[in-house]
Amino acid sequence: MNWILSDLWQFDFFRNAMLTAFLAAVSCGLAGTYIVSRRMVFISGGLTHASFGGIGIGYFFGFNPILGAALFAVLSALGIEYASKRISVREDSAIAILWSFGMAVGIIFVFLTPGYAPNLMNYLFGSILTVSREDICFLLGLTIIMLVFFIFFFRLILFTAFDENFAITRRMPVQFINYSMMILIALTMVFNIRVAGIILVLSLLTIPQTIASIFTHDFFRMAVISMVAGWVGIFGGLMFSYSLDIPSGASIIFLLVILFFIARLISYFLHRKAG
Amino acid sequence: MADKLIEMRSVYAGYGNAVILRDVDLDIYSDDFIGVIGPNGGGKTTLIKTILGLIKPRKGKVSYMFDRDRHAIGYLPQLHKFDPRFPIKVCEVVLSGLYDNRLRPSIYRRKDRMKAMELLESMNIQDLAKMPIGELSGGQMQRTFLCRAIISDPILLILDEPNTYVDNKFEHDLYDRLKDLNKRMAILLVSHDIGTISYYIKSIACVNHKVHYHGSGKITQDQLAAYDCPIQIITHGAVPHTVLKTHQDELDTE
Ligand SMILES: Nc1ncnc2c1ncn2[C@@H]1O[C@H](COP(=O)(O)OP(=O)(O)O)[C@@H](O)[C@H]1O
Ligand SMILES: [Mg+2]
Repeated sequence: MNWILSDLWQFDFFRNAMLTAFLAAVSCGLAGTYIVSRRMVFISGGLTHASFGGIGIGYFFGFNPILGAALFAVLSALGIEYASKRISVREDSAIAILWSFGMAVGIIFVFLTPGYAPNLMNYLFGSILTVSREDICFLLGLTIIMLVFFIFFFRLILFTAFDENFAITRRMPVQFINYSMMILIALTMVFNIRVAGIILVLSLLTIPQTIASIFTHDFFRMAVISMVAGWVGIFGGLMFSYSLDIPSGASIIFLLVILFFIARLISYFLHRKAG
Repeated sequence: MADKLIEMRSVYAGYGNAVILRDVDLDIYSDDFIGVIGPNGGGKTTLIKTILGLIKPRKGKVSYMFDRDRHAIGYLPQLHKFDPRFPIKVCEVVLSGLYDNRLRPSIYRRKDRMKAMELLESMNIQDLAKMPIGELSGGQMQRTFLCRAIISDPILLILDEPNTYVDNKFEHDLYDRLKDLNKRMAILLVSHDIGTISYYIKSIACVNHKVHYHGSGKITQDQLAAYDCPIQIITHGAVPHTVLKTHQDELDTE
C-alpha cells in the first residue's frame, strides 16, 4: 500500500483527490450530523436532486455546472425554510415536487445543449479523481466558513435544533441560525457532488452519522466520529475507484456500508463483553 | 402592590383560518400564581404561546411591562414532541436555558455549569447529568425541563401541564417547589386538574376560547358553569368532596 501511495503522490490529480477527501469528510461530518439529528434527511435529498436543474442550466449556458447547482440548491433551501413556517402544503409532498422538478429542468437543459454533455456521468455518479482546482476551492471555502460558523454558534445551533420553540422564547436568533444552516447544507450537498455524485451524495452525510450514533449520543462526538468514518470511506473508495476504474460515488458508499456493518459487529461484541 | 408584568388587551389568536382565542383580556402581576384550566382543545396552550410570543395575535395587543432583554420568561412546554433520539445530554438541555440573543462562547462557563449542577441536584437527578435526554423517564424529563426553565431566574414561569406522565408524588413535590419559587417569580400553571392545584394557586383563569379570570384560588362547579368552562372538579385526599353535577349548558357547548 505504501509504495502505491508514494507513487501516486507525485500526481496532481491524486493530491487533489486526497485534499478533497479530507474536506469532504469534514464538511459532510458537520452538516450531516445536523441533518440526521434534525431528521432533515429527506429535505436534504430534495435539495440535492433539485440542484440538478442548475447543472443542466450550467451546461446549456456554458458555465461551471456546480455553480448552477449551488444557485438552485440555495434558492430551494431558502424557499423550503420560508415556506415551512407559513404554508401548510404537506411538507413532504412539496419537497417531492421540488425534487422531481429540479431533475426535470436539468434533463431538459442537458438535452437542449447542442452536442453531447461531457462529464455528465461525473455529476451523476461522482468522480473524485477528476476534481478541478476550482471545485477544490469551493469545497475549501465552504469547509472553512462552516467550521468558523460552528465554532461561533455551536450551542445556538444545537439548542435551536433540539427545541426551536424554546429557543424562540429565549430569544435566540433562531431564524438566522435556521437560514444559515439551510444554506450551508445546500452548499455542502452541491460541493460534494463531485465526490459522490448527485445520486449518492446524501449517503455521504448520513451513513457516517449512522455509524457514529452506534457509539455516542453526543452531537459533538457524533460529528467527530462521522468525520473519521467518512474519511476512511472516502479515502478507501478513492483507491478502489482508481484501481478498478469505477465511479467514486459507488465505491465510497459501498465501503461506508461495509464499515457500518463492521461498526455494528464491534458494538455488539463490546456490549456482550460489558453485559 | 405588585408590579404588572404582562397586559393582554382584546387579543385574538389562532392558526390558519381557525380563531381559537377570542377577545382575551388578562393581566399578570409579579406575585401571581395563576392556575389556567379548561377543557382539552379550549386554547390553554394557545394562550401560553401567545403570551410567550410564539404566536402573533391576530388582533389586540400583548404588552410586556418589563425589559425583555434583562428578564426572562421561563417556559416548560407541554410534553413534548421532541425527538427522543436527539443527541444532547441532560446537563446541556439545562444549560440551554441560559442562552439568549447575546453571543456567548460555545464552551460553557464554569459558573454556568455549577449552576446547572446545583439545579439538577435540587431535583435529585444530578446522576443523570451526562445521560442522553431520550433515555429519561417522563418524570425525569419534566424535572430536566423545569431546571431549564428556571436556570435563567425568570421573572415569570409558565408551565404547560407539567403533571402529564408523572406520578402523584412528583406532582406534589413539583407544586411545593413552585410555591417556593413563587416568592421570587410569577407563575402561570396550566392544568386540566383543578382539584390538585387549588391548594397552591392564588387565582384561576378558565380558558374555553374565551378567558375568564377568577380572582381567587377556589372555584365551584356553579362558577365554572357560569364561565362556560366545562371541566369537572376532581378532588384528591382529605378534601371535602365536591359533588359533580352535569350542567345542561355543559352538554350544549361545542
Ligand atoms: N399548530 C396548530 N395548528 C392548527 N391548529 C392547532 C395547532 N395547535 C392547536 N391547534 C388547535 O387549536 C385548538 C386549541 O388547542 P390548544 O391551545 O392546544 O388547546 P389546549 O391546550 O387547551 O388543549 C385545538 O382545536 C387544536 O386542534
Ligand atoms: Mg395544551
